[in-house]
Amino acid sequence: MEIKIEGLEAKIGDTPILRGVDLTMNSGEVHALMGPNGSGKSTLSNVVFGHPSYEVTGGRVLVDGEDILEMEPHERARLGLFLAFQYPVEISGVTVGRFLRRAVEIRFEGQKEVRTKGFLKDLREAMDFMEIDQQFINRYLNEGFSGGEKKRMEILQMLMLQPQFSILDETDSGLDIDALAVVARGVNKMREHDFGALIITHYQRILDHIKPDFVHIMYQGRIVTSGGGEIVTELEKRGYDWVRAQYGQEEEVHE
Amino acid sequence: MSNEAQAVHIDDYKFGFHYPDNSVFKTRKGLDEDVVKAISSHKQEPDWMLQYRLQALKVFREKQMPNWGGDLSDIDFDEIYYYAKPSEEQSRTWDDVPDDIKTTFDRIGIPEAERKYLAGVGAQYDSEMVYHNIQESVAKLGVLFTDPETAVREHPEIVKKYFGTVIPYSDNKFAALNSAVWSGGSFVYIPPGVKVEVPLQAYFRINSENFGQFERTLIIADEGSFVHYVEGCTAPVYATDSLHSAVVEIIALPGSRVRYTTIQNWSSDVYNLVTKRAFAYENATVEWVDGNIGSKRTMKYPSIWLMGEGAHGEVLSIAFAGKGQEQDTGGKAVHCASNTSSVITSKSISKDGGTSSYRGQIKIEPDLHDVKSHVVCDALLIDEHSISNTYPYMDIQSDDVSMEHEARVSKISEEQLFYLMSRGMDEAEASMTIVNGFLDPLVKQLPMEYAVELNRLIELEMEGSVG
Ligand SMILES: Nc1ncnc2c1ncn2[C@@H]1O[C@H](COP(=O)(O)OP(=O)(O)O)[C@@H](O)[C@H]1O
Ligand SMILES: [Mg+2]
Repeated sequence: MEIKIEGLEAKIGDTPILRGVDLTMNSGEVHALMGPNGSGKSTLSNVVFGHPSYEVTGGRVLVDGEDILEMEPHERARLGLFLAFQYPVEISGVTVGRFLRRAVEIRFEGQKEVRTKGFLKDLREAMDFMEIDQQFINRYLNEGFSGGEKKRMEILQMLMLQPQFSILDETDSGLDIDALAVVARGVNKMREHDFGALIITHYQRILDHIKPDFVHIMYQGRIVTSGGGEIVTELEKRGYDWVRAQYGQEEEVHE
Repeated sequence: MSNEAQAVHIDDYKFGFHYPDNSVFKTRKGLDEDVVKAISSHKQEPDWMLQYRLQALKVFREKQMPNWGGDLSDIDFDEIYYYAKPSEEQSRTWDDVPDDIKTTFDRIGIPEAERKYLAGVGAQYDSEMVYHNIQESVAKLGVLFTDPETAVREHPEIVKKYFGTVIPYSDNKFAALNSAVWSGGSFVYIPPGVKVEVPLQAYFRINSENFGQFERTLIIADEGSFVHYVEGCTAPVYATDSLHSAVVEIIALPGSRVRYTTIQNWSSDVYNLVTKRAFAYENATVEWVDGNIGSKRTMKYPSIWLMGEGAHGEVLSIAFAGKGQEQDTGGKAVHCASNTSSVITSKSISKDGGTSSYRGQIKIEPDLHDVKSHVVCDALLIDEHSISNTYPYMDIQSDDVSMEHEARVSKISEEQLFYLMSRGMDEAEASMTIVNGFLDPLVKQLPMEYAVELNRLIELEMEGSVG
């Protein structure tokens, strides 16, 4: 699967947030997206998934050559895209088990037999793998979950839905070292198949577990620089001031 | 079938069909003493019941309309037919029920339900019960399940003892109206210690236009007994309004348990103004499960008077107010004895400009101890132009009381919809999932068949609300 974001611009209300994002990613690759708070990383994830609050004002998002910007969020999901939310919402009264059964049914429509027959067995296995207590099958989705439990639940869903490409929005934030290792294990398991990911993060530590092929820095609604793992080291050393100094300046001149 | 064509035509309400009005007898429009006398004489009632009716009529005329709750100013009491007799005889087998009527109940699925999971069924068409049957095994235990007219004739000693004692005709205007013109309904008596494990069900159907249905139900659970009584209701869709005004009285004698479940799905032109009240004596439990999906306006607050120590009362109220609908529902608990407890749980959903109001009252008499009451009202708004109100009243005159009240209003949030859609659900399924989740804690407490039925009805109501 190829995801090609070209000159993507979006605003919320009257405020432009994405100001021309260019990014090409393929399944099989791991991309890291870094950048200071407020630079537009979550907005990019939301716009790629069709969140109704954002208005796209320019550009395209192509999945295997097809522009998906007119599609509803569920149609995009059905292409095999997945978003692990930075802040997963609580859905009261809907159990994890019932919700996931339905989501799996939708994802593998047509091959129902294959996937839904062993659903419960698959779910239990995936939960063990993610070190999530089996009791959670009957818990209401995300309701009363701790921050870490919510993040693991996102990865559990990803394992069950087997997307071809995932955006993980700060899945590592707020996790302790052990939880981080579990989450990383989940992502790496996905990589046994044709799978790509865009990992949005502030920290090097998750990238020690999941080696990125490409690293991008976002600032003020644009990807300002891209490269390999060395950028992460650079950031850890110098912080975002370096990004601000180099790219923020330029911004002010233009405005 | 030409009637099929008129069937489902408004808002996917699949029960909106009607058959020609083939009543064998109908009183003229409007209400006066002659109409009451005609109803009574058609039923060949004893004089004491006629006198009761006439007294009630007087009170009905004196009483003011309620000046709170839904707007009832459109009801024109002179434009209503108060009595329509659909057939000459009541039947004990479905085969004997006249064809139109039988087809109606077939389409609603009653005979099938009876075969599958009911201990007894009563089916009322306009003013009369056209079918009443109880399983032999249940009848053998001494359980009585008939229409109240039969009870007046065959068990006058029980009827005289209890009829109108829980809800006197002086209670409110609509109770007075019902007491004057009541027709049909159920009479249930469960002997001491008898536990009827599967439900008894009564089904109410309005067929005539501009019609008023006034059934009367009296349930007496003798000491240590158990019964689950279920009622369902539907009506055709007409351009003019109909009135449904029932009175339900429950007497739960010491140690008994009564559960009364309603799945009300009247069409969108029915005013549904019902008085339901139970007396629960020592260690008795009464549960009202009240699902209000249909009607134009409903005003209904099932109540429980906790008369003896150890009594427990529960009201679960589920309301769905769609376009043009007003559901004014809730519950009431009156604690008249120590060591009593009550729980009122209300869940309402408003969509397409509908209004749901919770109206509830907890009353605790003086000098009682160890009284507990818990009230939870949750409202879910599907869109911006729908309305939810909460009117909790409390009148607490004892000190040793634990009283909790929680109320929440939530809106289906864009974030929840987006989350579910990002997992592959389309918008309609996503909002349905949220609504079902909202109701889940309540629906879980219903017997399977009714949980399924309720979910299905709400799904029908939700259809077309998005996209
Ligand atoms: N719903 C919203 N309403 C108003 N402003 C928003 C909204 N969502 C994001 N923004 C603004 O858009 C900018 C980018 O936010 P976000 O995409 O969350 O950044 P990041 O994820 O990189 O921290 C911020 O200035 C933020 O305040
Ligand atoms: Mg963010």
